[in-house]
Formats: sequence, C-alpha cells, structure tokens
Amino acid sequence: MIKTMKWLAVGALSAAAFGVQAEVSQVRAWAAACANCHGTMGKAEAGMESLAGKDKDELLQKMMDFKTGKKPATIMHQLSKGYSDEQLQQLAAYFSALKK
Amino acid sequence: MMQRRQFVQTLGAGSAVAGLGLLGGCAAGGASGAKVVVVGGGYGGATAAKYVRLFSDYGINVTLIEPNPAFVSCPISNLVIQGSKTIADITTPYDNLEKRHGVKIVRDMVASIDAEKRMVKLASGGELPYDRLILSPGIDFMWDTLPGMAKPGAQDKVLHAWKAGAQTVALRKQLEAMPDGGVYALSIPLAPYRCPPGPYERACMVANYFKKAKPKSKVVIFDANDDIQSKKGLFMKAWKDHYDGMIEYRPKHKVVDVDAATNTLKFEFNDDFKAGVANVVPNMRAGAIAVSTGLATANNRWCEVDFLTFESKARKNIHVLGDSIQIAPGMPKSGHMANQHGKTCAAAVVALLAGKEPLALPIYANTCYSFVTDEDVVHVASVHRYDAEKKTMLTVPGSGGVSTAASELEGRYAHAWSRNIWADTLA
Repeated sequence: MIKTMKWLAVGALSAAAFGVQAEVSQVRAWAAACANCHGTMGKAEAGMESLAGKDKDELLQKMMDFKTGKKPATIMHQLSKGYSDEQLQQLAAYFSALKK
Repeated sequence: MMQRRQFVQTLGAGSAVAGLGLLGGCAAGGASGAKVVVVGGGYGGATAAKYVRLFSDYGINVTLIEPNPAFVSCPISNLVIQGSKTIADITTPYDNLEKRHGVKIVRDMVASIDAEKRMVKLASGGELPYDRLILSPGIDFMWDTLPGMAKPGAQDKVLHAWKAGAQTVALRKQLEAMPDGGVYALSIPLAPYRCPPGPYERACMVANYFKKAKPKSKVVIFDANDDIQSKKGLFMKAWKDHYDGMIEYRPKHKVVDVDAATNTLKFEFNDDFKAGVANVVPNMRAGAIAVSTGLATANNRWCEVDFLTFESKARKNIHVLGDSIQIAPGMPKSGHMANQHGKTCAAAVVALLAGKEPLALPIYANTCYSFVTDEDVVHVASVHRYDAEKKTMLTVPGSGGVSTAASELEGRYAHAWSRNIWADTLA
C-alpha cells in the first residue's frame, strides 16, 4: 500500500506539475497513421479520399472488401491486411465521428 | 484504498503549487508548463512537433529548432533531377506549424545537449531547457570512408544530392552541362542507407532525361550491395522496357575513394571508373548531434530506441526519430516512416508528460512510390505492428507488397501522396 501510494504520488506530482491533462486513445494513434495519405484528422488534400465524417458501415465494408480482395486496389488491399477486423471496426467508428 | 483518479484530484487541488516548486525550472512558463524541444524539421521532427501540439490539445509548449528556412522534400526530388519538377515544387515553408499549431520555430543549429540538466545549447549561443527532447537529425555522411572527398572543392564537384536542396539543383545543372554521349555514374553505399529504392529511381529519372535530351548518353550504377535493395523485379523491368541499353547495373562495387578532379571512382576490388558526371552517395549514419550526444549505440552509427516511445536506450528524456534510428526488421529509412515515428513518439511524449503509460500497441504503415518514367510509378508498402515479446516493430504477416506493374494511376497517387504527407507534416 505504501509503495503504491508513493508511485501514485510521483505520477500525480509530475502530471500536476506539467499540467498535462490530454489523453490520446489507441485508436486515435492508429488513425493518425492513415493521415499521411488521408489527411490530418481524416481531411485529405486533392487526389486522396477524405475519411472524416464518412458513414461508419460503408467505411468498414470498404476496408473489409479491400482485405478479402473483393474490391480491387493498387495499395489498400496490402495495407488493410495489416489490421484485424476489430481494429478496422474501431478505425471506421473513429473516422465516422470526425467532423467533415 | 483511494481510487487513483480521486487521489490525483486531491493532490492536484492541494499540492500543485508545491509540485511546481519541487520540480523547479521544469514547470516555468506557459499555461501547462511542459516543454518539448524538437531538433530537426524533416519528416520526423516536423510531424512530431505538430502532433505533440495536437495530441496535447495545444497544452504542451513545443519549440522546433531547424537551420533551414523551409522544408525541402527528398521524395519527389528525383523529378527535379529529371526536369519535370522544380525545387520550388518540393519546398514547403514552416509558417503553418507556427501560425496554425503554435509551434515556436527557432532557426538555428544545436551545438550540444546536456542530458543531465535537460538543456540544449544553440550554435548561436542561447540555451533552451526541455522536459522531453525529440531529436530527428536525419543522416550525416561518413566522409572519412572516402579520403579524396576531403580535398578542397571535392564535395562541390562530386555531389550526393541525398539531402534535397542545393545539391539537387546542382546535380541537375551538371547533367544539363554534360555533352551527349557522356556517362553518368551513380554509386550506392552498403545498406542500411536513407531511402532504399531511391538510387534505382534516380537511375530511371536520369535515363529518362537522357532519352529525351541526350540519347547517346549512359547511366552506370555501382552498387556496394550484392543486389538491388528494393522493388528489384519492377526496376529491372523498367530498365529493360524504357531504357534498354542505357542503364547498366553493376552489383558488388564498393567505392572506397573518389578523385573528384577527374570524376573517378575507386573501388575495393574493381578497376577505376571515370565518369562524365559522378554522383556518389556516401556511407551514412545518424546526424552528428545524435552521435556527439552518445545516442548512436549501434555500431556508433545508428540510435537504438524503445519502439513504444522512441526514447533513446542511452539517455532518458531524449527521443530519437526517423532515419537516424537503428531500424526494426523490415522497416525502411523513409520519409513516410519518419512521419509515423513522429506521431507514435508524440502520443508517447504527451502520455509520459501527463504521468500516464504510453500506448501499448503501435501499428503504422509505410508507403513508398518510385517513378520509373516521368508518369509511371511503382510502390512498395508494409504494415508494422509492435511485438510486446520481442519489444520491436515487426511487419504484419500477409500484409504489404509491391505493385503488380508500373502504372500512370500510381503516378497520380504518388503526387497525391506527396501533397498529403507534406500537409500532414507541415500544414
């Protein structure tokens, strides 16, 4: 108990001192990896598809079709296979909730 | 026992001031007080600077130290050498990082880093304190492995053009000045080096220019490696389809010296070769500031990091990104990868400064396009996922791959990729 309290105190102290309250979720970090091509926060420049605010089910279906090979692609069939179905669900939900 | 959240709240209310006092200088200035200093405004550093601001809801102060007035992209720079793009096309100012994201830009070089005092000393003499330092210094060349390049003027005559900028433009001028029938020689160092497919793309782009403007000229590639390092089948097909008889590839040719006055390459085992234009890509290692700070723990060349946080294995509170790190298996030294390092590191730095654990499962991709003509493009892609047991990034089995064939469609995607990654990194 004392040990735990000490550890908490150190963590709390540094957090309080730095005043940093932000928390980055795992899915937000995964989604940031898509931004190289699909734009920061899912808003793309010309020539690539924006993902922000798209329908969740449509996004997921598209990714699953890339993954199974049903939908032809130059590159997304190779990248979609790097993610589990559940990870793709989380990503689709994340992008659909962003402002267009 | 008291819940952690409750405990933090109690402590936050009653002891924040005491905490500030306890940690002294770390917390001075700014609303939240936390200070992140980023060194190097390339794909890794600029992305990290922007994303520390984004991920902290603009709560962490970020200073970016960069000597150049603007960012010049290595990807697409072979098109400047080929002639269809200008240096202005691949240059992006740093203004938006400041205007839109509140990153403080300091145009300077870092002279030294005091890891104990958490202090960066600038070349101009000033000092900057940090709570966490993000170092993204790119690569520097190991000129000591090419003694002749130390002669006065040698490095202005035999170019590398492997850091986009003045040398990119200068190499283009050398090619323009070379008479038809001349030979352009490109030497490639032993892997690992920045941008594995880059030299083979450059050979295509120089041959593409020759085909249009100097059809009697030739490209000779001298590769220190045993074979083509990336997209082998696709490059060999392009050389045959588009530049048959123009590009000659010689593997296992390691350049050990250069006579710049006569554009002569000297090899470990083979006869000297005199070129019309000699383009030598030297051996490289982590940027000098990483080496002098004691971070280049792998063969005194590359910086070993924890792949959950990109924190140096040699120094606490210093994170290292991009081409300067000791890469994980299957991870290329690329701008795309450096951008991904930047975001992973930014999320970890925000978590650590908030007193939280870094995220446990980084997953990110690499996408690399190469031009084989001025319109047709090929790619290689991979997805990298953290392996908790091996404590490194590994490619996800079954993912990734290369183009089935070069295409104009991928050419359009390559340009769209560049617009998007420049915006994601700098806008």
